Amino acid sequence: MEITVRSLWTLIHGMGFGALYLLACSGALVELCRFTTSSAPSEFTPGQERFLKFYLITMVVLAWVAVLTGAYVIYPWYRAVPPPGTVDLSMFPQRLLMSSPTTIGWHSFGMEWKEYVAWFAPISITMVAFVFIRYGRDLKNHRQLRAAVLCFTLASFVAAGCAGFFGLMLNKYAPVKGGHTIQLSRGEEK
Amino acid sequence: MNTSNNVASPNSPALTNGSGAAAILSAGIGSFALAVLAFAGDKSAHIKSSLVFYKPTGPLSGVTTAAILVWLFTWGILEWRWRKRTVGLGRINAVALVLLGLSLLLTCPPVVDLF
Repeated sequence: MEITVRSLWTLIHGMGFGALYLLACSGALVELCRFTTSSAPSEFTPGQERFLKFYLITMVVLAWVAVLTGAYVIYPWYRAVPPPGTVDLSMFPQRLLMSSPTTIGWHSFGMEWKEYVAWFAPISITMVAFVFIRYGRDLKNHRQLRAAVLCFTLASFVAAGCAGFFGLMLNKYAPVKGGHTIQLSRGEEK
Repeated sequence: MNTSNNVASPNSPALTNGSGAAAILSAGIGSFALAVLAFAGDKSAHIKSSLVFYKPTGPLSGVTTAAILVWLFTWGILEWRWRKRTVGLGRINAVALVLLGLSLLLTCPPVVDLF
C-alpha cells in the first residue's frame, strides 16, 4: 500500500482540513443557532461559552489552512503545463480534464468556481468568530448581530460545501498525482 | 449610515454594535472585492497578468491577496470609526449580505460568461 506525496497533500487538504471544516461548520451552525435563538441564552455557562469560542477559533484556523494549502500547494500541481508533445496527461490534471468534452466542464465550471468560492468560507468564519469572541453572552442583546452571524456561518458552510464537492469530483476525474512514493505497508501475497 | 454615541443605561447592551457591524460590513466588502477582482481578471488579459503575484498559482494569488488586503484594511478603518458607536445595523447587514450574495454569483462561471 503506497501513496505519492502529491496525493497525500491532496488528502490532507481535502479530508484533513476541508472535510473537518465542513463537519465543524454543521456543529457550529447548531450551537450558534441554539445560543442565539434560545429564549434564555444566559443559561449557557461560562465554560460552554469558552468552548464555543475555542471551537470557532479552531474553525478559523482550519478554513485558512484549507484554502492556503489548496491555493499554494495543490493548485500549482493541478495547473502545471505539460511540455510540448506530451501524450500522457495523467500528471497534468487541468490539461487532462480539458482534453475531453466529457470532462472539460469539471475544470471550466468546477475548478473555476471552486478556486474563488472557497475563500468566502475563511473570510466569513473569521468575522463570525470575531463577533462571537467580542460579544459573547452580550449577543443576546443584539438581535441583528446574531442574525448576521448565523447568515455568514451558513454562507461559509455553503461556500465550503461547493468547494468540497468540486474538489472531490475533480480528484475523481483527474487526481493530482506524482512526487515521491511513500510506502505505507507491504502487502502479503495470498 | 446613521450612527450615534453609546449611551449606557441599565437595559442597554454592555457593548455597542459598532465593532460587530464593522466586522460584518468588511466581510461583505472583502468577499465582493475578491469577486470583482476575479471577474476583472477573467475579462482582461492585462489585469489577469498583473494579478500574478506567485507564478505557480497564477492570478488566483493576486486576486486573493488583494482581496484580503482590502478586507483587512476596510475592517481596520471601520473598526476605528465605529468601535464605540451604535450604528444602524439593519441596513449594514442587508448591504453585507447583498455583497456576499453578489460575490457568490460573480464568481460562478456561467454568470461571468453572461458579460
